[in-house]
Amino acid sequence: MTQRLKLSVLRHGPLLMTITIFLMAYIIGAQLYPAMQRPQAFFNLFINNGFLLILGIGMTFVILTGGIDLSVGGVLALTTAASAALLNLGVSPLVVMPLMLVMGTAIGLGLGCLIHFFKVQPFIVTLMGLFFARGLAYIISLTSVTITDPLYKYLALTPIYLPFFAKAYIYIPTLVGPALLVVAIYLAYFTRFGRIVYAIGNNEQSAALMGFPVGRTKVLVYGLSGFCSALAGIVFSISLLAGYGQFATGVELDVIAAVVMGGTLLTGGVGNVIGTLFGILIEATIISILQYNGTLSSWWTRICVGVLTLIFIGIQSGFALRKKK
Amino acid sequence: MNKRISFSRIRESRLFWVLTAWAVILGFNALFVPEFFRIGIQDGHLYGNLIDVLNNGAPLMLVAIGMTLVIATGGVDLSVGAVMAISAAMGAVLINPAPGDKLVSNEILTRNATNTPLVIIVIATLAAGTLCGLWNGLLVSRAKIQPLVATLILMVAGRGIAQLISNGQIITIYYTPYFWFGNGYILGLPVSIYIVTAVAILAWVGVRKTPIGLFIEAVGLNPKATHYSGISAKNIQLLAYTFSGFCSALAGLILSSYVHSADGNNNGLNYELDAILAVVMGGTMLSGGRFSLLASVLGAIVIWTFTLSMYALGVPANALLAGRAVLVLLVILLYSDRRLIKRRSKSTPTAVQSQDEKPGLPHP
Amino acid sequence: MADPQNLITVSGVSKVFPGVVALEGVDFALRKGEIHALMGENGAGKSTLIKILTGVEQPDQGRIELENTAISIKSPQHAQALGISTVYQEINLCTNISVAENIMLGHEPRRFGGIHWKKLNELASQALARLGIELDVTQPLGIYSIAIQQMVAIARALAIASAKVLILDEPTSSLDANETARLFAVMRALKQEGIGIVFVTHFLDQVYEIVDRVTILRNGRFVGSFDIAALSRVELVAKMLGRVVDELQALAHDKGQVAPQTEKGQLIEASGLGLRGALQPLDLTVGVGEVLGIAGLLGSGRTELASLLFGIATPDSGSLSIDGQQVTRFSPQALIKRGVALCPEDRKAEGIVGDLSIRENIILGLQGRYGWFKFIGRQKQTEIAEKYIKLLGIRTPSPDQLVKNLSGGNQQKVILARWLVTQPRLLILDEPTRGIDVGAKAEIQKLVLELVKDGMSIVFISSELEEVVRMSDRIVVLRDHAKVAEYDHAVSDRTLMQTMAGEA
Repeated sequence: MTQRLKLSVLRHGPLLMTITIFLMAYIIGAQLYPAMQRPQAFFNLFINNGFLLILGIGMTFVILTGGIDLSVGGVLALTTAASAALLNLGVSPLVVMPLMLVMGTAIGLGLGCLIHFFKVQPFIVTLMGLFFARGLAYIISLTSVTITDPLYKYLALTPIYLPFFAKAYIYIPTLVGPALLVVAIYLAYFTRFGRIVYAIGNNEQSAALMGFPVGRTKVLVYGLSGFCSALAGIVFSISLLAGYGQFATGVELDVIAAVVMGGTLLTGGVGNVIGTLFGILIEATIISILQYNGTLSSWWTRICVGVLTLIFIGIQSGFALRKKK
Repeated sequence: MNKRISFSRIRESRLFWVLTAWAVILGFNALFVPEFFRIGIQDGHLYGNLIDVLNNGAPLMLVAIGMTLVIATGGVDLSVGAVMAISAAMGAVLINPAPGDKLVSNEILTRNATNTPLVIIVIATLAAGTLCGLWNGLLVSRAKIQPLVATLILMVAGRGIAQLISNGQIITIYYTPYFWFGNGYILGLPVSIYIVTAVAILAWVGVRKTPIGLFIEAVGLNPKATHYSGISAKNIQLLAYTFSGFCSALAGLILSSYVHSADGNNNGLNYELDAILAVVMGGTMLSGGRFSLLASVLGAIVIWTFTLSMYALGVPANALLAGRAVLVLLVILLYSDRRLIKRRSKSTPTAVQSQDEKPGLPHP
Repeated sequence: MADPQNLITVSGVSKVFPGVVALEGVDFALRKGEIHALMGENGAGKSTLIKILTGVEQPDQGRIELENTAISIKSPQHAQALGISTVYQEINLCTNISVAENIMLGHEPRRFGGIHWKKLNELASQALARLGIELDVTQPLGIYSIAIQQMVAIARALAIASAKVLILDEPTSSLDANETARLFAVMRALKQEGIGIVFVTHFLDQVYEIVDRVTILRNGRFVGSFDIAALSRVELVAKMLGRVVDELQALAHDKGQVAPQTEKGQLIEASGLGLRGALQPLDLTVGVGEVLGIAGLLGSGRTELASLLFGIATPDSGSLSIDGQQVTRFSPQALIKRGVALCPEDRKAEGIVGDLSIRENIILGLQGRYGWFKFIGRQKQTEIAEKYIKLLGIRTPSPDQLVKNLSGGNQQKVILARWLVTQPRLLILDEPTRGIDVGAKAEIQKLVLELVKDGMSIVFISSELEEVVRMSDRIVVLRDHAKVAEYDHAVSDRTLMQTMAGEA
């Protein structure tokens, strides 16, 4: 029994650690800045970082296969710019949103095909995807475009008051991330696709010899990431009511860092989307502590994220070594 | 027959593809933007698009030189842009220290003064970048973190560090002697191009007139056999990443000198992809091995010729990103096509070689 | 050939890879409910035959029948559908997902559009129970031993389709005695069910313990199929190595070109040198100017011994001293400094750097020893390269040819040249003549004898007994990762063979 407990601690160690670090960070923050003790401060983490969660879910699947997707920020920005332009042309948002999702998925599938069929390293293909998408966004508009569509405005500005918490509220787009998380958990644990993603990340050759459709799964995973990027773009454009090619620069690194902090190994095969949720919450907590502080500057976020990523990579290799023994 | 052989030798050369690409772009310009070739003399130095290619492209050429060695060992350095920002911030802050938010003293603004002697500024700037490279090298060679991840960490944190140094400000530089690196001229040509030439020659001597170049290629091609030959891959990797850091630092210095400012967010933005692109165009495989410094420098020149040609055509700077992406796509396709050619030509010698080999297969 | 007992009948199968005849007119028949060993040294064609049976490769010629119906096996999936399942030596499963998934994924039961986990785990447990194994199938595969993973692989092979034929490719190479016994119990049970098992192994003891019949391949040719009861160990080894036993006896003392070396002191002294899982602790000495032959079959620990002596692996017991000085740091770099050199068995992966020129490959060792700052100039490099190209008779138009374009024998000479330039005191040759033509082989052997005359010590590892006996002053025999005997140069091939086979 103790043996089994030990095993499951080793197995879930990184996840438990991520959750612990999040709780510690949040408690410390709440001690320092009583404003963070209000429930609303917690929900703000989701309101402000919902798009990060959506990106993180797509990225988790990509990294689980042993790949990487640096194009997420670009596709996000392209989505905001394109939807702003289309909405201002008078296209119905009910057309724009599905169209954006199709576009994001198509870009992702295209990148996946390049990676799989031309055997080019994922990082360079998706780096190209990043440039391509941002470039397209600039071609659409060189400046930020404001969205005046009534539906977008309604979605952006209508708070939903939560039960059980007095005066705590969220917005409709805030729900997208958590909903997608549920879908992602289902995908990862209850479908063949999800299990094959894990198998590929462990050993692509073995997965192929076991008869799994390795190529198709890999391409689909980048398609999924493209879909998530577009979805994040829609959420982002709703919350800012604007579209611009320069939105979310460097976000791919924040997302990768969050996925790593969530216990997903960059070599693939190990990790889960729940960890990613907490990775993103850690980042969000750091940001809000810095905001509450007011005197500490924003660049500390980047430095903290970098240091945490390094620490987590160190911890992961520690766990990997122990498991081997 | 003879001609064929010499053509295939030309095609095998690392310079062939990059020179072809350059010729195509220049040919396009000759037809559609002939003014691209105009070179004039102004204030005793040359000016014109071709000179701009050299001057604006200088930072990328430097970064590409460092990146070449890293890629040749089988790694990659994604932190080059961030390192450029760090060194630029370092230089700017030494000229004009920024305590707290009270950044600019009027004296320094108006009196064309500096807080630190220029020599120290240059040394500190270069040291900062080299240190970053050393850090990358230690992570890759000693901590055994995969290069992509190791350099990604500095790519994330580096811009934060740059902003930390400059206290989050975009520091405008007013100190004239500092402008010399990016805007000065010697004998009618930009100073930056002399710096690039010097670094390229130094690097070439450093790798080709010592065993280091051979070791780098051997490590990139067959790390196991190299290890069994008694060569430590660790120190070779450390050297390559450190040198890449140095090159990025120098590039950051020139860039900040050229634009008269240091901006933690935007100095060296997107240089990682451009540098990788330049190196790949120069015929170095992303998997490591044979490299040519000259070809990588030419790769950087091709990228800037392309960029400035597009400007000359009136394409806005930001939209050009998409154009560069298309360029990367073309290179990727060309590169994988070349691999097909290589694979086909590889199978022929195998057939020859195996004649005296006993039937049987190597290990599965 | 139409024997109703036959599950698989292979007749006259040939396979040619560019320039290499991997299989030539091979026959093979597997009966229902038998365990059939497939044996041969490296390069004999075992793996090609298995690849053909599993659909990875297509034969160029010949006929394959399954239950007396001609078939062509198009892909691994197709092979599985036909009832031919394979478990590879390197277990091709995914260690991060659960045991149950490894067995069932691809055929998983579903409910409400998702995986029905409870049923999947039940089915997996049943599949393992068939092999007499009970374990927690929800745990990731990676936490279990290699032996269990092997069983899981067999369970998958059997669960995925109604397997008629099970191919086990060197399944026991990393199992200990208990684990092997367990595997054998499973194999016997499957045999009772009428499944035909093809068993690839190089452990003779195991062959005699479990196998019914054996098919021997050599250099891509079919040597014969025998009932194991009618074949002695020595005969089996002789057939694998390609000598007729009587002939060997006649040859036994037909040597003597090598004068026994006068005792000049010991260069290498190893005592209790060993590494768990690779080599049992052994004592070993190599004298100055002596050729120490290492005889042993594939998997006997001969290559592991070479890697310990060259510092590729660090021993966990015993000590090694060179010239009376203890070796404390085990790395190729450190041992090269002490004058050790190794021509590795896997020439392509560990020896040559194929995309570098002959010149660069030759100076790599010396330059590695000189370090970063003492550069051998281009002209000097060419001089050295040309000198050794001439000395060793490397056939090439120029020292600037890429090594990958050379023949196997010339590549081997390049590696030899790399080390000779550094003037080593101990040269370890691991299968230096495998896969190279007769002429080059003789040249390399002659060269080795000349080097010894100059006082170099040599450790000579080869699976060709005749070569080992002819070259060596003393011979150490390895079997099952342990030293089993040591002979002087007057030993007969037959004695050696008996020792290697475990009969002496």
